[in-house]
Amino acid sequence: MTHKTNNSNSGNIVNNQQLTVTPLFTAFNALLLRDLRVYFRYRGTWLNPLVFVLMVITLFTLGIGPDPSALSQYASGIIWVVALLGIMLSLDALFRADYDDGSLEQLLLSPQPIYLAVLAKVFAHWFITGLPIVLASPLFSLMLGIPKEVIPVLAFGLLLGTGILSFIGAIGASLTVSLRSGGLLIALLTLPLYVPAIIFGSQFVQSAIEGWPLMPTLSMLLGLLIGAIVLAPIAIIGGLRLSQDV
Amino acid sequence: MSSATSNILTQAHNSGSEASLELDSVSCERGERMLVNVLSLTLSGGQGIRIEGPNGSGKTTLLRVLAGLSQQYSGRVSWCGQDIRSARAALAADTLYIGHLAGVKALLSPLENLSWWLSLHISTAEPITVDKMLTALNRVGLKRFAHTPCHQLSAGQQRRIALARLYLSEHRLWILDEPFTAIDASGVTELEQCIAGHLAQGRMAIVTTHQAMNIAGFSSCSLHSSTPVIEADE
Repeated sequence: MTHKTNNSNSGNIVNNQQLTVTPLFTAFNALLLRDLRVYFRYRGTWLNPLVFVLMVITLFTLGIGPDPSALSQYASGIIWVVALLGIMLSLDALFRADYDDGSLEQLLLSPQPIYLAVLAKVFAHWFITGLPIVLASPLFSLMLGIPKEVIPVLAFGLLLGTGILSFIGAIGASLTVSLRSGGLLIALLTLPLYVPAIIFGSQFVQSAIEGWPLMPTLSMLLGLLIGAIVLAPIAIIGGLRLSQDV
Repeated sequence: MSSATSNILTQAHNSGSEASLELDSVSCERGERMLVNVLSLTLSGGQGIRIEGPNGSGKTTLLRVLAGLSQQYSGRVSWCGQDIRSARAALAADTLYIGHLAGVKALLSPLENLSWWLSLHISTAEPITVDKMLTALNRVGLKRFAHTPCHQLSAGQQRRIALARLYLSEHRLWILDEPFTAIDASGVTELEQCIAGHLAQGRMAIVTTHQAMNIAGFSSCSLHSSTPVIEADE
């Protein structure tokens, strides 16, 4: 549509463009708003992953013992793995409710680009699972004895990282949505795909602790995030269409 | 729907090429059973088809194929002359599908549910106002509950939210899977009138139901009970 407008100055076509492009973002906003509304009306969706992460990190501090140097040695790895698990466990709910109540059918039959609809859904999910973990990460850092100067770096790394985890995990969620119990299968499908994110994510924090340059790992994380945002929805749409083909 | 909008719609319909849905020897197979066996039919403006058949004869399967949800079929389905496998967007823009599942979010109110659905499915120049949505909810008797969370409503009322979409729809093809389920007698009459009005505007409808329907322009198509793919000796 945009190509058309570039090639032609006709007012009619500009009009057409407005007709189709404006609703495109209406659809994105509507779905984002709808999902956030649903999530906020059921508090468990955003509270459960956060409490889960908090509890597992507490268990680590109890298990490893009170020695701050031992804790901080593994701290970045612990935070990343626990955040990964928290997000992964919440992913099963991403498309499940829509699949069960039939709104997924309505979404897939929409004439609007489904790419943007999927983007809105995953973003809404990240907003209520990933973002709270990012916001609470200073607390986790203090629990695990991470130096105060490193906390902003850790939080920023997690901000990028949770986005990567949400988008990649959503592929697993879309593939397992038609199965009655997809929980463990999501883990088996997505954990291998999480490997690059976890390597560069914990490397990012480690670099800050050791005083190494941050740019190399930061650019890798950014690259992974952009790649996940651009490419994951394509796979997610494929998975969702497959779920209707029964 | 106001007369002004329906005038605009009729114009839009008349200006476009004559729409039609064509099925050319469509067969669907699920597991070991042949559900829809070499079905061919043509549906053009102002016509409706009632698909009937015993439980398990493939009515829902056929409707999901026609709506573009399922790709597992052989044969050819064309919408306005284009194969729906390749012209998915064209079909989606013209089709309203209401399946067994209402597509209603239990935590949202009827008004909120209509609102998100409209954003995904109606792309008119002017946005649909809350007043129009309330009118549609009034037509299905839910105006009083417009702000009540849907999980507090009955199954029939939730079903009616899905049916309220019909009063806001401008789609040329309606695909309704058992629309009368959980709807009371007066609701059924209103729904029949709504479908009749839709056909009178030169549009199309495909409905599965076990109930008798008294709508002009409707023909029936029977699906037989499923036959095994490997024919049993008869």
